[in-house]
Amino acid sequence: MVEQTDIRVVRCGGSKICFSTPILTNDSRFLICASGDSVKVFSTRTEECVHVLHGHANQVTGVALNPANHLQVYSCSLDGTVRLWDFIDGILIKTFTVGYKISSIYVSNKHIGVIFIILPMQSNENGEHFQLVAVRLPSALEQELEARELSAVLSDVSPVPACTAFGQGGDYIASAKGLQLCVYFFRKQKTYRFKLKATDKKGARNAFTCVACHPKDDCIATGHQDGKIRLWRNFNQKKEYTYSTQHWHHNAVSALCFSPEGMHLLSGGVESVLVQWHCKEVNKKNFLPRLGGAIAHICVSPDGQMYSTSHTNNKITIISSFRVSAVIQGLVKGGSVQTDLMIDPRTKALVLNGKPGHLQFYSLERDKQLYSLDIVQQEYIYQAGLDQFEVVKAALDGTASWLATVEQRGSKISSLEFSLKLWSFNEKAQSFELNTTITAPHQNMITAMCFSPAMDTTMLVTVAKDDQFKVWLLGSDLDEQKKQASWSCEHLGSYHGLQPTNCCFSGDGSLLAVSFAEVVTLWSPDTWELLTTLCQPPGTIEDLCFGRLSCSKYLLGTTTKNLLCWNLLTCALEWSTSMDVCVLRTDPLSENVAAFCHNSGKTDLFVFRPSEPRPLFTQKAVCVGRVQRCIFVPREDPLDSCDEWSQWLNRSRLHFLTEQMELLTFSTRAEDERILNSRKELLVDDSVAMTPFYLLLGKHRQQQQEKQTSVPSQAADRAQLPQGCVAIRELLHTPAHVLPPASFLCSVFLNSLLISNTGGRDEKELPEQEVDSEKEEVDSEEEMEMNNGPQGVRTQGSVGEAPPSLSRAEEKELRRLRKTDFSWVTSLTSS
Amino acid sequence: MASFKPTKVQTYPKLGEKVTEDALYWKNYKAPVQIKEFGAVTRIEFSPLPPHNYVVTASTRIQVYGPHSQEPLRSFTRFRDTAYGGSFRSDGKLLVAGSEEGIIRLFDISGRVALRQFAGHSKAVHVASFLSDGFRVVSGSDDLSCRMWDVASSTELSSYTEHTDYIRAAAISRLNPDLFITGSYDHTVKVFDARLGGSVMTLQHGHPVESVLLYPSEALLVSTGGRYVKVWDLLKGGQQLVSLKNHHKTVTCACLSTTDNRLLTGSLDRHVKVYNSSYKVVHSFDYAASILSLAVAVMHFEDLVAVGMTNGVLSVRHRKHSEDKQETVGRKRRGPAYRMFVKGKNYVPKQDDFVVSKTIKQHLQKYDKQLKSFQVSKALDTALQVNVKPDVTIAVMMELNRRGTLRNALAGRDEKSLTTLLQFLLKHITDSRFSRLLMMVADIIIELYYQVIPQAPIVERLLQRLMEVLGREAELQQELLQVLGVLDTLFASLTPRKEVMGPTATPIMQESQLQAA
Repeated sequence: MVEQTDIRVVRCGGSKICFSTPILTNDSRFLICASGDSVKVFSTRTEECVHVLHGHANQVTGVALNPANHLQVYSCSLDGTVRLWDFIDGILIKTFTVGYKISSIYVSNKHIGVIFIILPMQSNENGEHFQLVAVRLPSALEQELEARELSAVLSDVSPVPACTAFGQGGDYIASAKGLQLCVYFFRKQKTYRFKLKATDKKGARNAFTCVACHPKDDCIATGHQDGKIRLWRNFNQKKEYTYSTQHWHHNAVSALCFSPEGMHLLSGGVESVLVQWHCKEVNKKNFLPRLGGAIAHICVSPDGQMYSTSHTNNKITIISSFRVSAVIQGLVKGGSVQTDLMIDPRTKALVLNGKPGHLQFYSLERDKQLYSLDIVQQEYIYQAGLDQFEVVKAALDGTASWLATVEQRGSKISSLEFSLKLWSFNEKAQSFELNTTITAPHQNMITAMCFSPAMDTTMLVTVAKDDQFKVWLLGSDLDEQKKQASWSCEHLGSYHGLQPTNCCFSGDGSLLAVSFAEVVTLWSPDTWELLTTLCQPPGTIEDLCFGRLSCSKYLLGTTTKNLLCWNLLTCALEWSTSMDVCVLRTDPLSENVAAFCHNSGKTDLFVFRPSEPRPLFTQKAVCVGRVQRCIFVPREDPLDSCDEWSQWLNRSRLHFLTEQMELLTFSTRAEDERILNSRKELLVDDSVAMTPFYLLLGKHRQQQQEKQTSVPSQAADRAQLPQGCVAIRELLHTPAHVLPPASFLCSVFLNSLLISNTGGRDEKELPEQEVDSEKEEVDSEEEMEMNNGPQGVRTQGSVGEAPPSLSRAEEKELRRLRKTDFSWVTSLTSS
Repeated sequence: MASFKPTKVQTYPKLGEKVTEDALYWKNYKAPVQIKEFGAVTRIEFSPLPPHNYVVTASTRIQVYGPHSQEPLRSFTRFRDTAYGGSFRSDGKLLVAGSEEGIIRLFDISGRVALRQFAGHSKAVHVASFLSDGFRVVSGSDDLSCRMWDVASSTELSSYTEHTDYIRAAAISRLNPDLFITGSYDHTVKVFDARLGGSVMTLQHGHPVESVLLYPSEALLVSTGGRYVKVWDLLKGGQQLVSLKNHHKTVTCACLSTTDNRLLTGSLDRHVKVYNSSYKVVHSFDYAASILSLAVAVMHFEDLVAVGMTNGVLSVRHRKHSEDKQETVGRKRRGPAYRMFVKGKNYVPKQDDFVVSKTIKQHLQKYDKQLKSFQVSKALDTALQVNVKPDVTIAVMMELNRRGTLRNALAGRDEKSLTTLLQFLLKHITDSRFSRLLMMVADIIIELYYQVIPQAPIVERLLQRLMEVLGREAELQQELLQVLGVLDTLFASLTPRKEVMGPTATPIMQESQLQAA
């Protein structure tokens, strides 16, 4: 097989924005956070991404404002570089190569030109021990620099960024690891270490989880595994240090932060409650509950006006005056995508399960979560180890007017609670509304479900572990008591008490295939008659799908070892190959089928047509580990690649999720170039967020302003034109019923336009004659005038079009003047 | 910050039949008034004129009751043998009745002694009726003949011997004085025209005819006999419209409710069934004994259903009209005026007004407020209060279970609150919708309190009762499973072999049938 180098695997958004602590800029207008191998700048007001700073080659682990220049930001990454950016313009200023994996970065106002980073100790390469290192950044002018001037500050520190913090004015740095807190004083160059016992009498777990230092006072706050917060004082000596303990969190404190003036201490944890402690009055606390998702990081803007909390479900909440003001939500990726990936045909959004009990609609193009649909509709309790309802299955019908979801709680059959919900799309509200809830639709877990693609019926088939499949149908009888039709069970079927594994409808909805263990059964949805059964070499069938379009006579199935293809006309096995297929998916717009095959730790991709024995495209080692899910996403504008190898990407893109929950896709070279070009075009030099509104209005208005200043006289002239005229004003302000007939007004109206065009150059002495001469031409010019009329009005906005139209009008006028009888001049001169 | 999501109370499907307007109407009839007669009540008929007295034929007596009285207004006792078929004339002043000895007697409603006696039948006369002109009487007898008598001269005008068995039913046309219909045990219904001197139409009922009934329009004819009720269209030459088989014993009587043409039938199976205009059973009354006669009257202030049974009991049900009912409810205390609640809320801001929006406060139930602040025990207490519906209590319990705090909420209760909890369990644990959760609750309670139960005799008693209830329920379930097994074998033998779906589809059918039963 020939490897195709033209097509490569690229990451397509959905990266974590909650990986490290974000920062708020001095003016609180932007929020800068690390997102995968790039740094993103968000506007705090509009929640939109303003810039994406590309450049790092690996995960960005930390960002910090340059203390010397508050419009610049440092970022550090696992690729061993620290980069300095201008985030207003989105420009890379400098790159400092350190050469080690950097896990976090700290800066201080007192140490300008020096950054503090955490690196793995050189002694051991497996990366278990870390040290805090001060790096003096070289001040040469080149862009690419090597920073080799390293000096160790603290050894054996925790790589977690929250476990280290600069103290008051940068005098000392505090770092915690395990049960030990280290404080290093720069002036004395001395380290103090304070230890806690692993557990005390009450069974507390004392391990440190995070550290924060008071900005104006010698006070260190530490968070602990059991939810306690300790405030350390008098720590500049070995013996007489003191600490006080506060306890509110019931699980580990994951983030701590002081406000810039040191009035408040903010803390957060898995409870998803932001707690504001008052430093002066110890017992006074404010709470901001139900922020959604466990809090991972807290950050405060330098003026103290704005807080932001990062949550583990890929969300950043911006809080101003202790109220949520904006939410930046990325793609939520839990431990696994239990629902299959789907595409909502309306919004072209990717649909999958999001935060617990929700279904998220994620726009692939904008890398943004559009909205999240609450399926479970229950209060989520943020508590570790609690078994709560999860959306495990979801299906959309062909037109996305119906959505079926299955939510489930508990794994054992005795404690299993699950229900099937059917949602109808409400055109008016533009969202899904709950139509029917079926509690315990089966005896045991539902393993697969699918809607019938047939246009005339709305039918859902569910397959469960209780050896049955059930057919649900939208009731047509509209009772006077019920307002809307609801779903009910139409049929249930089984086959020799075997456990069904999967189900699939054919493209036109005329056949239903249900796989029972090793047997595939084909049913007619009209009569629910068993048409035929297809058997195959041993192995339980896992995946099933019908071929599309011209290949609709083929049925594809996978077992753990084989990929099988039956011809439904002959009811015989057409071909089979031996491969371990993880995911099988058909392209809805073509005959192509994508199969991801697991092969010795790596996954290979095969794209083929069921009718042809040769695959269209193969790529070995697409990613490490098994591919979880994949989907073909229809393109907005199809590519026109003629290359045989990349043709399958013309009409839709293939996205897939790896074992590490990375969303990847395939891209051709042509496409890469196109994206690169479009990115250059979109490069905005303005600090205002790039919202669609801005694109529509802001840019437009700006252009207009520029033009107006450049050609003030002309623009002013033109602007006056319609409203300034008496005739038009009369026409607009007089009530319609008092107006003379339109035929009469027409000439006046046209007249008014002409006068304004000719301006003061015309002679005003003999208006009657002019009107006469105009009347002759009105008929011939009417049409042209009509065309010109609206154009004239529109030219207010874009003056660019004005000169040609003006010249045309002048031309016309000249022609008219030429035609006019000038004999009266001679009569005047004679008299 | 998302707002607190209140506890979701599940809506459970309503068990049992759907409540229709018909069901409500017929349910509104009060408990019957029982009047003991001397023998089986064979016929009841209402007077066509107000005050709608009704004549009851039973044993050797014919008695006239008023709509409200439980004592007879008048009784005619001059029968030597059993009287049959007492029937009013259309003006309600004369009464005719047949008898076992074959003599037909004619009474004045205010008199005692028979005004006329028509002798001529050789066997018992079971039906006698005035024709609609009021001057002639038609009678049907066991001597297979049907005769017409002149009232004025008390002579026999004509005799028809077309039936080949006892004549037990007759109906007269109110629109045509010469038409009458007879039903006989020879399985036929015949329509006679006195002008032609014979039958003009014969309908094959297929079973011995017990009663015939004409609709007021006289286009439709109802005949009952055997287990069947059949409706015929006379205008289409006697075509059968429907055949109803809703009783499981002989249908002895039928009548029409005059207002909305609901058909009622009574049967020996002790049921009266009410059919709507499309002949679906909408309601059914149960009686203590086999029903022989039935009559319905709809009056302007109340409705009445009178039923006569084989054990000689006359049962009369009354139904008050709804407007009377409203009066009895009495005046409600007036609350604050509507204006008070909308005060200032319907103000529309003017164009230049600056509108300060008010934050909408989320209204939460008390238990939700307690759940919001994690007060689990208090929330459960609130949900267990008397005025809370069981659905809500179950929803709160489920929510607690989901939060993993059900055990905490159940623990640490005193005797009083434990009693309310156990009483709730006793009441609802057998409800199939709740039983799964409540079993778990019961398990936890026993586990938590088994050491201290002997100290509280009330709790101990309640737990013992709970055990009894559960034991009974288990037995019942076992019996149901046995029935299901029997039905399974029956269905399996019924279904043809070739069908693949047969054996799997039947259990559901059985379940639905069981539920229906």
